[in-house]
Amino acid sequence: MEAIDDLDLQLGMLREYYYSGKTRDASWRRSQLKGILSLLKEREDELFRALHQDLGKHPVEAYRDEIGCLIKSVNYALDCLSQWMSGRKAKLPRAALLTSAEIIPEPLGLVLIISSWNFPFGLSLEPLIGALAAGNVAVLKPSESAPASSSLLANLIPVYLDNKAVNVVEGGPDVGQQLLHKKWDKIFFTGSTKIGRAVMAAASENLTPVTLELGGKCPAVIDSLTRSLDREVAVQRVLGTKFSPCAGQACIAIDYVLVEEKFSPTLVELMKGMMKKMFGENPKESGSIARIVNKRHLQRLKSLLDDPLVKASIVHGGSMDEDSLYIEPTILLDPPTKAAIMVDEIFGPLLPIITLNKIEDSINFINSRPKPLAIYGFTNNESLKTRMISQTSSGSLTFNDAVIQYAADTLPFGGIGESGMGKYHGKFSFDTFSHQKAVLRRSFLIDFWFRFPPWNDYKLQLFRAMYGFNYLLLLLITLGLKRSK
Amino acid sequence: MAEEENRVFGASEASLLIRELRDSFKSGRTKSYDWRVSQLRGIEKMIEEREKDIIQALYMDLSKPELESFFSEISTSKSSCKKALKELKKWMMPEKVKTSMTTYPSSAEIVSEPLGVVLVISAWNYPFLLSLDPVIGAIAAGNAVVLKPSEIAPATSSLLARLLEEYLDKSAIRVVEGAVPETTALLDQKWDKIMYTGSGRVGRIVMAAAARHLTPVILELGGKCPAIVDSNVKLEVCVRRIIAGKWAANSGQACISIDYIITTKQFAPKLIDALKKGIEESFGEKPIESPDMSRIVNAFHFKRLVNLLDEERVYHKIVLGGQREEKLLKIAPTVLLDVPEDSQIMQEEIFGPMLPILTVENLEEGFEVVNSKPKPLAAYLFTNNEQLKKEFVQNVSAGGMLVNDAILHVTVPGLPFGGIGESGIGAYHGKFSFDAFSHKKGVMYRSFEGDSSVRYPPYTPKKQRLLKALINGNIIGIILALISWYRK
Repeated sequence: MEAIDDLDLQLGMLREYYYSGKTRDASWRRSQLKGILSLLKEREDELFRALHQDLGKHPVEAYRDEIGCLIKSVNYALDCLSQWMSGRKAKLPRAALLTSAEIIPEPLGLVLIISSWNFPFGLSLEPLIGALAAGNVAVLKPSESAPASSSLLANLIPVYLDNKAVNVVEGGPDVGQQLLHKKWDKIFFTGSTKIGRAVMAAASENLTPVTLELGGKCPAVIDSLTRSLDREVAVQRVLGTKFSPCAGQACIAIDYVLVEEKFSPTLVELMKGMMKKMFGENPKESGSIARIVNKRHLQRLKSLLDDPLVKASIVHGGSMDEDSLYIEPTILLDPPTKAAIMVDEIFGPLLPIITLNKIEDSINFINSRPKPLAIYGFTNNESLKTRMISQTSSGSLTFNDAVIQYAADTLPFGGIGESGMGKYHGKFSFDTFSHQKAVLRRSFLIDFWFRFPPWNDYKLQLFRAMYGFNYLLLLLITLGLKRSK
Repeated sequence: MAEEENRVFGASEASLLIRELRDSFKSGRTKSYDWRVSQLRGIEKMIEEREKDIIQALYMDLSKPELESFFSEISTSKSSCKKALKELKKWMMPEKVKTSMTTYPSSAEIVSEPLGVVLVISAWNYPFLLSLDPVIGAIAAGNAVVLKPSEIAPATSSLLARLLEEYLDKSAIRVVEGAVPETTALLDQKWDKIMYTGSGRVGRIVMAAAARHLTPVILELGGKCPAIVDSNVKLEVCVRRIIAGKWAANSGQACISIDYIITTKQFAPKLIDALKKGIEESFGEKPIESPDMSRIVNAFHFKRLVNLLDEERVYHKIVLGGQREEKLLKIAPTVLLDVPEDSQIMQEEIFGPMLPILTVENLEEGFEVVNSKPKPLAAYLFTNNEQLKKEFVQNVSAGGMLVNDAILHVTVPGLPFGGIGESGIGAYHGKFSFDAFSHKKGVMYRSFEGDSSVRYPPYTPKKQRLLKALINGNIIGIILALISWYRK
């Protein structure tokens, strides 16, 4: 049993630092964001090494998915910080003379960020950027399943950030449990749906607001594209965004493909060709595929293929090397839809293709399953696009590409239903770690004297006029030119 | 009819209900602009035509004076409805957002979609408003909704059940009356959102139930809303506003009514005198007999409040009022001076017509007192000192704040109404209601042109350089990398 020494003491000190007001300062927040930037730029090699050690990630993949993305996000936050901090004025009805109303963002206080193992730096630092920009103090609990990354974060954060405001607590589920039962002003959790429930249940003890970034089966609907350029780009994007980010172990990776039966042979051929182009004859040696994170997940993925009907549906790949935690990028054609591979979130380099009669059937198919974090549609058919937008529900929806919405600072990134609650990225990160406080200021000079008891019919009449924003009537009644009924 | 009344609303009824509403929602009916408008117009009509019935129900449940019912519940619901009708088209429009070089070329927008089937559990103190306002938001956002009004305001609960059935589309909007068993049966179901107004204790139960289904929640809870009063104020105006924010607000039974006052030792006597005068002006010489104040809602709360008052160390701190009339469930406007900090009346939310005044040496100390307690739903400051106002806004945390008045901020539709910490999660009113009951879906459009193989394996050092430059938006870097790229 891993114990956290003096956790309460540690949290008490973080809170005290928060109450000192230091983190409210714009200059302090900027210094922290710049600290993250320096960490990313100066220690890039160590970050790459840790990701390679934990997950076998190639540096280009690591840069594309984590380091580069973080640098972009920090720069965006630095550019926008003053604007985000300044709050905004709220509109008032004309009757509200000599009154001002505004919404002022303030930090929540002490926040807990629990991140996942598949993008250990991205999923730790992206929320942290929001938490610090919003002026909070934070505890970061990285995943123990990516130990090199977790330990690197624990070493680097005290060097680059204000360690009176940001603490890293390493450990496994026991440590996670201990943390969850403390009092936080916000909990930000990235991980599985199952643990998400436990996090929210624990949070309810203290009425702690939560953002849960969970998972789901993200479908890619591939229409029968006619132009060869479109086909090539679509296949490249589908395969590239399935197998390239952490070997498919990503919450927004394409989980499965839906295609019209007529088009499926063409699709499978194109995919086979593209696989060779991307990963070569021997994908294992290409260095372009990440590893499965650990034996447990490898066994889990292996067992998805145990079902003989599923195994029989493999059209490409299927080989594994358990010792090196490697699974070959695998494509399946029409495995049974009741098999585990089509019920559970795959989170690995297995890509089932399900064929349908008509491509429009994909909408019902998707809607009969829990709402996913993302839905992807590869099509030029405008009416299909419109139908997908209005008739399906997901965290987000992207047309003719996948995963790339993660890099958009202006789009909210988050789930719905079983795929999560809350959102972040860009200003949404700042907002998710802020309280939008309503502030109304009145002067003593003007008052509607009829606001106060004792009550009579005359006052009622005035109220009716005022609430109807009928100023003329209000004036007339006040002047005595209109009598009460 | 009698059969219906005897049928218990349990798990199977709740499950059937939610299935019915889900089918209605799936049919797409509630998503259409026309449906939403028709329902909102129905609510507007309902309020206009049945004003008398509503006032009567509120009088039966709370002895609420007609005028108070009018401006605090009826007008506010109507305005909320009117606002939604006026702005709905705008609110429903997708919001285009800019995209950057990192995702070039692309276009993107944020689309608001309804969550599905939502549950609104309301409270007893403003039983009409706190039921209708959230329902207005849920409908405006295109959801199907079940309303569970509070059984502690039974006349209003039963009126709501009848009126909503009569004026609105019952295939998508339903009322379930009842108490703990019915609420529990409802909470066991899977909702797409739950909004609860009430106490922190039950708020925790609601959130824990919601966690089982990963249902997001809005919790509008309570707290001890302080009013800090400076000496440099226009005392008469100040006192009138304090009265409006305490005793004219359902006899202090309001989540945002002033719970206690903090003022300087020096100023307290003047403030107390002014309060005495003000209370007499508003409610007459025998305030307990005034028809212009609500009564205490029921015997349970009456007893609770009397216990707070009769605590030994508290009772002789009364400087004004203290009378009670059990048969009428009335307690006179009561002011107390410097009750002990650890007395029950200073530990729990009062939710009644007693107003403790705490004195401090200076008002900054007052801020510390407020910050030492759980964050309240609202905090008030009465002063003409600009510096003090600034410090107040900067250093005190509350759901919302008001300078030089009380309660009013909730009538501004442009301001979010919600708590923080113990006083709640989430906010609503105006567009915030629409947003609270919507899912903001990010939609990104990419074309098949303009792609770069840079993103995909096989990875080469050249790709890495270009990728770096692209992500950083570094124009020179991009050009250089592209040049070396094409040199191959």
